[in-house]
Amino acid sequence: MTQTILFKNIDEPGLATLDVYRARGGYGDRLRKALSMPRDVLVDELKASGLRGRGGAGFSMGTKASFLPKGQMDKYLVCNADESEPGTFKDRELMQKCPHMLIEGMIIAAYAAGANRAFIYIRGEYVQQAQILEAAIEEAKAAGLLGDRLLGTDTSLSLWVHRGAGAYICGEETGLLDSLEGKRGNPRLKPPFPANQGLYQGPTLINNVETLATLPHIIEMGAENYAKIGVQNSTGTKLISISGHVQKPGNYEIELGMSSRDIIYGLAGGPGEGRSVKMWFPGGSSSPVLTGEDLDISYDFDSMAKAGTMLGSGAIIVVDDQTSVVDVALKTAQFYRHESCGKCTPCREGTNWTVKMLERIKSGEATPMDLDLMASVCENIIGHCLCVLGDAMAMPIGSMVKKFRGEFEEYIETARLQAERELLAGLDIDTDSTTITIPQAA
Amino acid sequence: MSSTGHLTGKGLQAVPRFQHGSRVPGWDDAADLTKDPAGVPDPAVVEVPADLRAEIEDFMSRYPDSRSAAIPALRAAQERHGWCSPEAVEQVACVMRLTPGYLASVAGFYDQLETRPVGHRPVYVCTNISCSLRGADNLLAELQHELAGADDVNLRGFECLGACDIAPMVSVEGVYVGPVDEAEIPELARQIRAGEDPLPAKQLIRRPCQDPGAAAPE
Ligand SMILES: Cc1cc2nc3c(=O)[nH]c(=O)nc-3n(C[C@H](O)[C@H](O)[C@H](O)COP(=O)(O)O)c2cc1C
Ligand code: SF4
Ligand code: FES
Repeated sequence: MTQTILFKNIDEPGLATLDVYRARGGYGDRLRKALSMPRDVLVDELKASGLRGRGGAGFSMGTKASFLPKGQMDKYLVCNADESEPGTFKDRELMQKCPHMLIEGMIIAAYAAGANRAFIYIRGEYVQQAQILEAAIEEAKAAGLLGDRLLGTDTSLSLWVHRGAGAYICGEETGLLDSLEGKRGNPRLKPPFPANQGLYQGPTLINNVETLATLPHIIEMGAENYAKIGVQNSTGTKLISISGHVQKPGNYEIELGMSSRDIIYGLAGGPGEGRSVKMWFPGGSSSPVLTGEDLDISYDFDSMAKAGTMLGSGAIIVVDDQTSVVDVALKTAQFYRHESCGKCTPCREGTNWTVKMLERIKSGEATPMDLDLMASVCENIIGHCLCVLGDAMAMPIGSMVKKFRGEFEEYIETARLQAERELLAGLDIDTDSTTITIPQAA
Repeated sequence: MSSTGHLTGKGLQAVPRFQHGSRVPGWDDAADLTKDPAGVPDPAVVEVPADLRAEIEDFMSRYPDSRSAAIPALRAAQERHGWCSPEAVEQVACVMRLTPGYLASVAGFYDQLETRPVGHRPVYVCTNISCSLRGADNLLAELQHELAGADDVNLRGFECLGACDIAPMVSVEGVYVGPVDEAEIPELARQIRAGEDPLPAKQLIRRPCQDPGAAAPE
C-alpha cells in the first residue's frame, strides 16, 4: 500500500552493525555519488526532493542547507535527537535499529553544508540508543567512513554523540545549541538564525534524525523520484508514532497524504471495541487537537495547516470517548509548565496560570468565566515569547476549550456541586431533613 | 487538588519558605550568604579521583570549546557520587576550570541531574499524556508503595520518555520496560530492589517495529 523506505528491513538482526548495513546497500555507491557532486548541485538536489524537516517545523531541508554561508570557516552540523515532544518516539526506533543510516545521512548533510564537525544531541534518557550510536560511530571511524579525508575524498568529518540530561526545551534548536555549549538550555533570540550564527557562533545546520536519515535514500533514488512519493508540498514518506487509545500503538511509515482514518483505524487498529475517537493530537502534544469528525483529513503538512493544526513531529495521540477533556488538558498544561525555561514572562507565568485554572476546574472552584480567562491567557502567550514553547501549550489548550466548551462547562458545574456537597457533609448537616434558611437582611 | 482550598476547605498548606525567606527552592537555598562566592577550585587542594578526571578530560577534548563537556562531566560525577553534591560539583569545576556556581546553575536546569541527595539508581515512570491514558498514575502510585524504603532507588514521575508505544512504561536505570500490567508491578518492584534485569520479556529493546511493511524482508 505504501512504500517502505526508512523502515525497510528495520528488524533484520544485526542491521545496527556495519557489515549488515553495507550488505543492504549502505555507504555504497550512493554515498560516493553524493560526495562526488559539487556542493551546489547536491543542495539543489535536496531542494528538488521537496523534503521538509521532520522535527516539527517542516521547513525545506535543502533550502535550510543553502542558507549556510559559503567560504572557509568552521561550520557545524547538529542532529537533533532530543525527541521529547510528548507522543513522539520515531527517532528512537531508527537510532536503535539502524544507526548507520543516520550516520550516512549526516555525512551527506555535512558535505552539503561544508561542515567538518558534527554532533548528535540525543536526549539523556535514551541510554541504550546512545550506546548503540556510539558503537556504530566507532565502527564507521575504523572503516574510514568518518574522520580525516573520509573514503579518500577531500572531505573530513568528526562526529560525536552528546547526551542531554532531561529538558524538553533542548529540542528547540537554539536551546539545544546553548545546551551543547555547556550552558542552561535557554533559547536564543532569533535572528541571527543558526545557519548564520549557531554553535560557537559558527554557521550551523540543524536537522532532525528522520530528516537526515532520509538523505541517503534521496540520493539513491534521485530527487525527482523521491518527489513523486506523497502529495504536492509534502513529498516522501513519514514516520508516524501512534499512541494513546489505539489497539496497536507503534511506529509506522506512511506515504504523506494518506487519510488519517486509514492511519488511526487501518494501521493502529483504532480504539477498542465499543469506543470511538473523541479527539486526537495530529503532531505531538503541541498541535491543536482534532476531533472524531476530522478523521478523513489527508495526513500531510498543508492539509493539517488548513485544518488549523499541524503535522509537527508526526506523533498522533488518540483519546477515546470515555476520557474527560479536562484531564487531558491538565496533563498537557502541566507538561509545558514543567518544561518552560522561564526566560519569558508570558510563557513562564501563563503556563503556570493555566495549570492553576485547570486545577480549579477539577476541584470545583471555577466558573464558566474562568474558561474565558483561560482563553485570554492563551491568546496572550501566543506570539509574545522568544520561542514557541508557550504557543505549544496555548494552541492545544485553546483548541480543546473551543471544541469542547460544552463539556468543560458541564464539568465545572458537576465539580462545583460535588464540592458543595462535600462541604456540607463536612459541616455535618443532615441534608435530607433540614432545609437551610438563609437569613434575609432586614 | 485545590491549592487554595477556599471552597472545599481541603488542601490548605503553609507556603514553604527556605532559609533565606525565598519561596523558590533551588539555586540559593544551599548557599551561605555570609561567604564570598566560590572561585575556580585550586587543583592543589581538591582531590579528584583519577578515573573521573580522565573521563572528564576525554569529554573536554571532543569539543572546540571545552565548556561543552559540562553536562557529560556532571553526569559522570553524579554516577560516582549518587547526586550532584557540592563535592561532586567541586571536582568537576576543578577539572573543567569553571566555578562551582556556574556548574550548579547548569545542573539545576536539567531533570536528570540531581541537586538534592537522592537514591543513586534512577527509576522513572512516565506520567505524560499517552501513558496516563493507559494507567501511568496508578503505576507510579503502586510502585511508590512497593518500593517504600528502598533508599538507593530514586523513583520519580517523569515527562514523556519517548516510548509511548509501550505505555504505561518505566525506565529502570535506562532500561525501558512496558506495557506494565497491574499484576506485574510487584514482580517489577522486586526486580528493581534486587537489581535484577527488569521484566525481560517486556523490554523495549526487544520490541519489533509495528509497521507491517517493516516485517517483510526482501
Ligand atoms: C519547544 C520545542 C521543542 C522541539 N523539540 C524538538 C525535538 O525534540 N526534536 C526535533 O527534531 N525538533 C524539535 N523541535 C524543532 C526544532 O526547533 C527544529 O525545528 C528542528 O530540529 C529542525 O530540524 P528539521 O528541519 O529537520 O525538522 C522543537 C521545537 C520547539 C520549539
Ligand atoms: S517561550 Fe518559554 S520556553 Fe521559550 S524561551 Fe520563552 S520562557 Fe523559555
Ligand atoms: S507519554 Fe509516556 S512515554 Fe510518551
